[in-house]
Amino acid sequence: MRQERLFRTEGIVLRQRDYGEADRILTLLTPGGKITALAKGIRRATSRKAGHLELFAHSQLMLARGRNFYIITQAESLESLEPLREDLLRFTYACYAAELVDSFIQEGEESSEPYGLLLQALHWFAQERDLRLWMRYFELRLLRFSGYQPELFTCVRCLAPLQAVENFFSAELGGVLCHRCGTQEPSAKALSVNAHKVLRYLSTRSAAEVRNLRLHEGTHAEVETLLQHYIEYILERELKSVAFLRRLRRELRALERERSLKGPSPSNPGARI
Amino acid sequence: MTATPKAVNRLIEAFSRLPGIGPKTASRLTYYLLRSGKEEALELANALTELHQHTVLCSICCNISDQDPCSICADETRDHSTICVVEDPLDVLAIENTGRYRGVYHVLHGHISPLERIGPDELRIKELMRRLEGGQVQEVILATNPTLEGDATAMYLVRLIEPLGIKVTRLALGLPRGGDLEYADRITLAEALAGRREMH
Ligand SMILES: [Zn+2]
Ligand SMILES: [Zn+2]
Repeated sequence: MRQERLFRTEGIVLRQRDYGEADRILTLLTPGGKITALAKGIRRATSRKAGHLELFAHSQLMLARGRNFYIITQAESLESLEPLREDLLRFTYACYAAELVDSFIQEGEESSEPYGLLLQALHWFAQERDLRLWMRYFELRLLRFSGYQPELFTCVRCLAPLQAVENFFSAELGGVLCHRCGTQEPSAKALSVNAHKVLRYLSTRSAAEVRNLRLHEGTHAEVETLLQHYIEYILERELKSVAFLRRLRRELRALERERSLKGPSPSNPGARI
Repeated sequence: MTATPKAVNRLIEAFSRLPGIGPKTASRLTYYLLRSGKEEALELANALTELHQHTVLCSICCNISDQDPCSICADETRDHSTICVVEDPLDVLAIENTGRYRGVYHVLHGHISPLERIGPDELRIKELMRRLEGGQVQEVILATNPTLEGDATAMYLVRLIEPLGIKVTRLALGLPRGGDLEYADRITLAEALAGRREMH
């Protein structure tokens, strides 16, 4: 990535695992690439760096090039996103975003765009209400940066422009098929007009425009299933955070139903389940 | 590589699966044991064999113990209406060492970590909830680590326990002893401020 022995960069902690007596190995996304770095003594209660290098921390770092990985010599957090530690649902969405970035970005790849995207996404998951919508927006942008943008405008088989009728989506073919081609393709699944529109909207609009979008539950579920299936097809494995996210949403919904049976609850300023 | 005996490779592989041990350290440990003679290796082998034969999980608090129930759960002089919930057996030891806690414990054996596929079912949460059913418990102290995953675990537990009408508290967070204020990160400082107490 860089040649100097000591250099300064900002970064976001994607993942961490304990190492040795009191150290941790961190996977960090920096504008210059994804790196693995050792944080020495960070698990000790007296560590000066610990609070600056938590999961999802956005920090200014001083790194030294070590033999096996980088070594973090200094760290200073640039901001703290409290809601990610105070709201379990927001935390879980951040986990999912970090897992996606970690899966799609390989060490040694250029990553200034994914870096900017992840930084924005952590703010969305800390602040926005419709977290599912922002996750879809995030997924589509990440897919674009990694060269897996699904084709949404012309049929991936016959190349005809797609009409606003029920079309089909194939993860294997990487996009949408027209109605005629779709019925003949075994890997294709029906795609509703609404879900297709939402996918197009999300992949072409700015964050400000996305903020005004309101989706029906059915459309939300369809787009979510489609993108998750597409992503798992590309990565050739299941995503780890998804299982917990689903469980959490199920439990929170049950809790909300219970509460609404007991009477009207005060307006909920938190994230929508 | 072809000259390395199978038995040596097997031990190297076994060592490198341990946390914090890389392939180099694993080789070093293996060759050390080869050089140091049979007795030392056998002593280690026996200790490993007995590790699981002579330890049990306490059926009440899920701590690792040599008897069931463990000595803390069996101790009637302790306050069984207060349960301190920790991530690991070593955390029990740390709190016991303060000499200030007279309640009992519950060991979760980890924390919620979506990134590692560790959810509530992988932890000893069901066992905790069963203990709370009796109506004897008045306070649950959440002493999970002050990390994002520790906080997430605490949040998950609060949601389960609060409807039972049991008081739930979290260990005070704040500045580490021997530290320097100017090096504290924002979150730690903010928590230290929020958790300030009156001086007498
Ligand atoms: Zn076609
Ligand atoms: Zn016990």
